[in-house]
Amino acid sequence: MNIFELANPKRFMRFSAALLPWFWAIAILCLGAGLFIGLFRVPPDYQQGQTVKIMFIHVPAAWVGMMAYASMAVASLFGLVNRHPLADAAAKAAAPLGAVFTALALITGSLWGKPMWGAYWVWDARLTSFLILFFLYLGYMALWTAIEDETRAARACAILALVGAVNLPIIKYSVDWWNTLHQGESIFVKGGPLIAPVFLWPLFLMAFGYTFLFLALWMVRIRTEILARRARTLQLRMGTA
Amino acid sequence: MSIMTYLEMGGYAAYVWPAYGISLLGIGGMVFWTLHGFRQVSRKLALLEEEMKEDES
Repeated sequence: MNIFELANPKRFMRFSAALLPWFWAIAILCLGAGLFIGLFRVPPDYQQGQTVKIMFIHVPAAWVGMMAYASMAVASLFGLVNRHPLADAAAKAAAPLGAVFTALALITGSLWGKPMWGAYWVWDARLTSFLILFFLYLGYMALWTAIEDETRAARACAILALVGAVNLPIIKYSVDWWNTLHQGESIFVKGGPLIAPVFLWPLFLMAFGYTFLFLALWMVRIRTEILARRARTLQLRMGTA
Repeated sequence: MSIMTYLEMGGYAAYVWPAYGISLLGIGGMVFWTLHGFRQVSRKLALLEEEMKEDES
C-alpha cells in the first residue's frame, strides 16, 4: 500500500481501527513483562544498586520523547509539501504525547541523578538540550492555540517543528561533542551494548512497550482530530442551511 | 527477601518509587485524556449527524 492512500481520512479511519487493538495488545504485553522482569527479576547493579531500576522507565521515555518529535517533524514536512490536512492533524496529535514523555524522562532522570551524581539537575549539554526539547513541544502547542485560522496555524507550527528538529541530533551526540556528566551512549555502540544482558532485556521490553503505547495513543488522537474536523464542517453546513 | 527489604530498594526507595509513581501518573493521564477526548468527539459527531438527518427529512 502506498502511504499517500492513507492520506484519505476515511481510509485512515478504517486502517487505524484494524491496527489499534494490536498496538494496545503489544504495548500491554511488553510493559507487563518488562515491569515484572525489571522490578522483580533483576539484581541490583554493582555500582548503582537498585537505582538501576529507574533506567527501565527513564531511557524508554527519553527515546519516545525524541521519536515523537521526529514523527511530528516528518508529518509537518508532509503537511507543508503536500498540503494535506491529515498530515497536519498527525503533527498536532503527536505534540502533547511527546511533551509528556519528555517531561517523564526529565523527572525520572533527575530522580536518578540525585543519588548517583549528587544533584537533581546540572546544566550539561545532554540535560540542557533535552530541556529545550520539552520547551519546543510547549512552544509548538502554544503556537497552535495562538493562531485562529487552522491552515495558517498548521503552516506556522510545521515550520517551528522543522526548525526545532535540529535539536534532535544535538541531543543524540551531545554526550560525544561535549564533556557531559550524563553518561555516553552505552547501548547502540560498535561491538555491542556496554550494559549487562540481564538489564538489557527488561530495558528493550519497556522501550517496545513505550513505543507501541505512543503509536496507539497517537493513532487515537489522529482519529479524534479527523472526527473533530468532520464535526466542525457539519456545524458550518448546518449554520448556513 | 521480605517485602519490607524489597520496598526499601537498597536504601534508594525515595528515588525509585517516586520515579515509578510519576511515570504511572503521566502515562495513565495520557491514556485517560486521549480516550476521553475521542469519546467526547465521537458522541458530538453522532448527535450532529442525527440532527442533519432530521433536518433533511
